[in-house]
Amino acid sequence: MRNRTFRILAAGAAVVLAATACSSGGREKTDDTGTSGGGNAAGSSGYTIAFITHETPGDTFWDKVKNGAQQAAKDTGVTLKYSNDPEAPKQAVLIQNAVDSKVNGIATTLVTPDALAGSVKAATDAGIPVVGFNSGINDYQKLGALMYFGSDETLAGTTAGKRLADQGIKHPLCVIQQTGSVALEARCAGVKSSVPGTENIQVNGADDAAVTTTLQTKLTQDKSIDAIVTLGAPQALDAIKAKDQASSQAKLVTFDLNEQAATEIKNGNILFSIDQQPYVQGYMAVTSLYLNLKNGNDIGGGKAVLTGPSFVDSSNIDKIIPFTKNNTR
Amino acid sequence: MSQTVEAAPAPAPSEPSNRVRLGLSNRILARPEVGALVAAIIIFIFFLILAPSFRSAESFFTVLYQSSVIGIVAVGVGLLMIGGEFDLSAGVIVYTAGLFASMFCWYFGINLWVGAILSLVFCLLIGFLNGYLVMRTGIPSFLITLGTFFVLQGANLGVTKLVTKTVSTLDVSKIAGFDSLGKVFSSSFKIGSVTVWTSVLWWILFVGIAAWTLQRTRVGNWIFAVGGNPDSARAVGVPVVRTKIGLFMVVSFLGWFVGMHQLFRFNTLQAGGGVGNEFLYIIAAVVGGTLLTGGFGNAIGVAIGAFIFGMTSLGIIYAGWDPNWFKAFLGVMLLLAVLVNLYVKRMATARKVG
Repeated sequence: MRNRTFRILAAGAAVVLAATACSSGGREKTDDTGTSGGGNAAGSSGYTIAFITHETPGDTFWDKVKNGAQQAAKDTGVTLKYSNDPEAPKQAVLIQNAVDSKVNGIATTLVTPDALAGSVKAATDAGIPVVGFNSGINDYQKLGALMYFGSDETLAGTTAGKRLADQGIKHPLCVIQQTGSVALEARCAGVKSSVPGTENIQVNGADDAAVTTTLQTKLTQDKSIDAIVTLGAPQALDAIKAKDQASSQAKLVTFDLNEQAATEIKNGNILFSIDQQPYVQGYMAVTSLYLNLKNGNDIGGGKAVLTGPSFVDSSNIDKIIPFTKNNTR
Repeated sequence: MSQTVEAAPAPAPSEPSNRVRLGLSNRILARPEVGALVAAIIIFIFFLILAPSFRSAESFFTVLYQSSVIGIVAVGVGLLMIGGEFDLSAGVIVYTAGLFASMFCWYFGINLWVGAILSLVFCLLIGFLNGYLVMRTGIPSFLITLGTFFVLQGANLGVTKLVTKTVSTLDVSKIAGFDSLGKVFSSSFKIGSVTVWTSVLWWILFVGIAAWTLQRTRVGNWIFAVGGNPDSARAVGVPVVRTKIGLFMVVSFLGWFVGMHQLFRFNTLQAGGGVGNEFLYIIAAVVGGTLLTGGFGNAIGVAIGAFIFGMTSLGIIYAGWDPNWFKAFLGVMLLLAVLVNLYVKRMATARKVG
């Protein structure tokens, strides 16, 4: 018994040794400078800014928001304090923490305005400027935030829907990967307002196999579906697999981007992506606070600054692909 | 309270002296998987009637595929539950396995077979650690593996971010070994118009091995013994520690297997994936007649449990029902399955007494 185990292990080791020969296709072994480009030393401007989101850990989207904020902090010499919690009461506590630690400015997402109102008021009462970003476009002024950087999800959906309608799409399928998300529902509602035949479907975004089979099943069940709208880039890649399996000719469009999705746009498998430019949201939220503190600036002329929808399709993909590799788009 | 009010006569120890050979129908009904089988047939007919697009061989094999992805790990989780333990890290380890292999090979630019094998070793180590900690400390496996679950979930994200600077892995389809591994773990072939995924065949194989081990081998007896009563099992010479650690390692092996399937089918993985699937495995096992307290169940039941889950989750879509209610439908279906299961079992035991 023991002898046999040993022999299996030895055979395994031999295979490992035999296969350690180098192979191509992996990491490009060059010294990459990353996204950082010069900038000032952290904290050289003397400001500390708290940056608070409702990020669920592991979301590619928030990764880009964070990258933008970090780059802005570097460029302006601001000390950035990043914190996040997907649950509204805990996010309110994070804002309160920032107020208590007397930061110079607070940038926060306002996804649940009512739950966050108290903490935001505490900040404005303490004379700390607050900037909203990503979500809360309808409430940021009421809560006392100075500026807002984000996209209007409904507008994004409507615009995407219009583009689909122009292509003659009658019955798109809108894929929601996170049950009960206000922002995702708003996108689908936007699509529906342009194309009344829109149908929603819920998938489990944490499991690619489940997303693929669910979409494949839906495409088999309803042959009249002529377009798929995914609300995140990873789901778009699953949708390509599902289309293959169901031999569906439906067109595919997606919200947001990642490197693979950008490649699929180039290959023509994804028609276009509706990008709300998360990097810009993070970057501008920090930069606007810096300008406000340093120079008393107010950006947006009293209105929300829209970071999207920006369309990525075959006409501009070549320019954008390198940025997706940097994880900034 | 000074007076002792107890001292009621202890009930006579129930003797197994009334052991009679049961009739064939009773013997069949008393098997753990029969309730699940009845439930599966009822749900199957239900969807055949309600969902026109469910009535095709293609659809049936899509359902089988969906079931196999859950079912492969569920077999291991079922065995572990029969052995009296839980593994909450089983969902996340699937992605840990895939991420490990993918990033290791991407970073060092070596053959994917190396990554796959190292990833297997790594997963087996985690399984071993789970089992070792449970046995060594005596802390319930629910807590130990909850800890592993969180550690792996965090490490999946943290390491992925460190290596790839994003929260998903990069394309590995150009690295050597991708095609051959793809053939092993995630290929499909056509019979007529029907696509058959090899994962379904692997699933059947694993279920077969598990069923055979449980029913026909000494190790199978050990598993029932350690799940039923570890102390008496130890007293009669069953290697309790080795059996349980082995079971944890079986779960992590099967998790690795599905992880490889995911990697070579989708070639990029999200670091946050797999969370929540651990409950699907446990549900499949329980629907399939495995006792939550251990010591009772069988592999075919677990397979049917996974099939019920796969069939229900896709059947709802084949039927074209309102997606907002999806989870509610699913819950009702699963409750029905468990109830039918319980009813059949009751009927079996009632007849036994009468």
